[in-house]
Amino acid sequence: MSFEYFFELFLGGLSRGSIYALIALGYTMVYGIIELINFAHGEIYMIGAFTALIIAGILTFLGLNHFAVFVISILAAVIWASAYGFTIEKIAYKPLRKAPRLSPLISAIGMSIFLQNYVLIAQTDKYLPFPSVIPEFEFWEPYSHIIGSVELVILVLTAVIMTALTFLIKFTKIGKAMRATAQDRTMAMLLGVSVNKIISFTFILGSFLAAVGGVLVASQMGQINFGIGFMAGIKAFTSAVLGGIGSIPGAVLGAIVLGLTESFATGYISSDYQDVFAFALLILILIFRPSGLLGRATTQKV
Amino acid sequence: MIKAEYLKKSVIAALWMVFLTFPIAVIKVNTIENTINWRWVNALFAGAAGFLFSYIWNYFQDKKNSPKNKSASSDRFVLLGNAAQTKSVKNAFYISVAVLAAVVPFAGPYQTTIFTTAMLYIILGLGLNIAVGMAGLLHLGYAAFYAVGAYTYALLHIHLGIGFWLALPIGGLVAAIFGIILGLPVLRLKGDYLAIVTLGFGEIVRIVLENWNEFSKGPSGISEIPGPWFFGMKLNSYQHIMYIYYVALILTILVIIFTNRLQSSRIGRALMAMREDEIASEAMGIDITKTKLTAFAFSAAIAGVAGVLFAAKTTFINPQSFTFMESAIILSIVVLGGMGSITGVIIAALVLILLPEYLRELGNYRMIIFGASMVLMMLFRPQGLISNVRKIYKI
Repeated sequence: MSFEYFFELFLGGLSRGSIYALIALGYTMVYGIIELINFAHGEIYMIGAFTALIIAGILTFLGLNHFAVFVISILAAVIWASAYGFTIEKIAYKPLRKAPRLSPLISAIGMSIFLQNYVLIAQTDKYLPFPSVIPEFEFWEPYSHIIGSVELVILVLTAVIMTALTFLIKFTKIGKAMRATAQDRTMAMLLGVSVNKIISFTFILGSFLAAVGGVLVASQMGQINFGIGFMAGIKAFTSAVLGGIGSIPGAVLGAIVLGLTESFATGYISSDYQDVFAFALLILILIFRPSGLLGRATTQKV
Repeated sequence: MIKAEYLKKSVIAALWMVFLTFPIAVIKVNTIENTINWRWVNALFAGAAGFLFSYIWNYFQDKKNSPKNKSASSDRFVLLGNAAQTKSVKNAFYISVAVLAAVVPFAGPYQTTIFTTAMLYIILGLGLNIAVGMAGLLHLGYAAFYAVGAYTYALLHIHLGIGFWLALPIGGLVAAIFGIILGLPVLRLKGDYLAIVTLGFGEIVRIVLENWNEFSKGPSGISEIPGPWFFGMKLNSYQHIMYIYYVALILTILVIIFTNRLQSSRIGRALMAMREDEIASEAMGIDITKTKLTAFAFSAAIAGVAGVLFAAKTTFINPQSFTFMESAIILSIVVLGGMGSITGVIIAALVLILLPEYLRELGNYRMIIFGASMVLMMLFRPQGLISNVRKIYKI
C-alpha cells in the first residue's frame, strides 16, 4: 500500500512536472534569446486551452468522433496560440528592444492583464467544463488507479515533444541559428542570421508548447476559466529559474523537480501549503546554487 | 496624410486581427444547452481596431524616424527631466499638490476616498522606488510587506488593543524585519533570480495568511479595524474618511521628504553607486551586504506604514488585497514614473490609480483598458514619464 501510494504520487508528480516543463520551455527559450521574462506566456497557455474548448465544442456539435475532435482541437489551439505569441512579440516587445531593461517587463504585465480581460469579456468569468478530449482507455488493468489514461497520454506526448525539440535545437539549421542568437545577438546578425525572424520563431515555438500544455492540463482538470494562466505561468517560470534560466535541459529538470516536490508535499504533508513548498524549495536551491541547477555560473570581469 | 503604403499595411493588420480574434471573440459555445452563438460583429470591431492601431503606429514611427524631428523630440525630454530638478519648478509642483489636497475634501467623500487610495500608492511607489529605482534590486513581492504592515496593526488591535498611532511605527518596524529576513538569503542573487525569489516570497506570505486560520483568520480576513484615534472623539463615517485623508496626506508628505533627503544622503549615494556597479562601489569602500539590507529594510518599512494606513482606511483586510497583481501595479508605478525619479513616481501613481477609478463606469472594460494603456505607455515612453537626470554638484 505505502509503496503503491508513493508510486502513485511519483507518477502524478511526473505528469504535473512534464506539463510545467512544456510551459517553462517557452519562458526559458524567450529568456535565452532576448533576456525578457515574458509574463504574458501564461496567458498564451490559457488562450490555447480556450481555443481548444471552443473548437472541440463546435466539432462535438457537428457530431465528429472522439479522436478527430482531439486532433483537430489540439491543432487549432496550437495554431491560434502561436499566432497570439507572434503578435504579442511584434506589438509589445519588438519596439522595446533597445529600451531600459524593465520596460518590456511592464509591457508584458500589461499585456497579461489585457489578454485575461479580453477572454473574460469575450467569453465568460465562470469556470467552463472542458470536454474530455483525451479518450479513456484501459491498458494496465489491476493497477489503473495508479496511472490513468490521461496521465499516460500526457507523459508520452510530452516525452515525444521534448525529444523532437531537442532534435530541432541541436541538429537543424534553425536550431543552430537560435543558439547563435542566444549567445551573441549582434555577432549572429553579422554572420547572416536573420535575428528578427529567429526571435519570432522562438515565440511561436514557445506558444506551441504552451498550447499543448494548456490542452493537456485542461482535459486533466476538467474545467478552465480566464485566470488559469497566472498560476501556471508563475510555476513554469519558477521551474525555468530553478533549472537555470536560459538552459533548455535545465527547464525540464526544474519542472520535474517542482512537480515531484508538489506532489509529494501534497500527498504526505498538506495540500493547503502546496505552493509554499514549491517556492520554499526554489529559495533553498537558489541559496546554494545562485544560478539554478544547470545554469552556468558567470564569472564577472572587473 | 494618407499614404498607400500605410493603407496596405493597415489592411493586412486588420485581416490578421480578424483571424486572431476569430475563435475567442466570435464563437461562444454553450455546452449545457448545446447551442453555438456566432457574434460576427466582434470580428468587425477587431478588424477596425487593428486597422486604426496599425495606421496610427505606422504614422508615428515614420514621424519619429524622419530626420527633421529627431533632435527636437529627444531634447524636449531631457529638458523636462532637467526642469523637474530645478528648484522653482519643484516648489510650484509642491504648492499645486498642497492646493489640490486642500480642495479635494470639498468634492465629497467618494472623491476623497479615491484620492486617499492614490496617496497610499504614492507612498508604496516611493517605498519600492528605494529598492528598485535607487538600489536596482528588482522586487516582485512588494505587496508582502504591505500585508505585513496591515496584519500587524489588525492583530495587535485584536490581541492587545493597540491603536493606530502606536501601530504605525510598529508596523513599519515589523515589515523592516521581514525585509531583512528576505534580504539575507538573496544577497548573492542577481537580476531575474532575485525577481523570482521575491515573487515567491510574496506568494508564500499571502498563502500562509490565507491558510493559517488560527493566526490570521484565513481567507475571510479581519474586520472592524478601528480608524486612527483623534483626541478621544468618536468619529462618524464621514469624519473618518476626511480624517484618514489628512493623515494620508501628512504621511505622503513625510515620505516624500524622507526619500528626497535619502537620495542625497550618504546611504542614498551608496545605493545608487551599488546600482551602477557593484564591484566598483565595493572597491570604493561601500559595504555591499549592509547597503543591500538597508535598501530592503527601508523600502519594506515604508510598505509596512502604508499597510497600517490601508487597514485603518478600509477597516477590513483579507489576503486577497495582497496578490501578485498588487506588487505588479506598484512596480508599474515605479517604472512608468521613470526609475528613481520622485516626481515621476507621484505622477505615475496618480495616473495608474485614478485611471481605473474613473473608468469604473465602464465595468468589465476597465481592466482591459488599464492593461492596454500600460503597454501603450511603455511603447511611447519606455524610459518613464520623467527620466531621472543625475544630480550635478556645482563647486
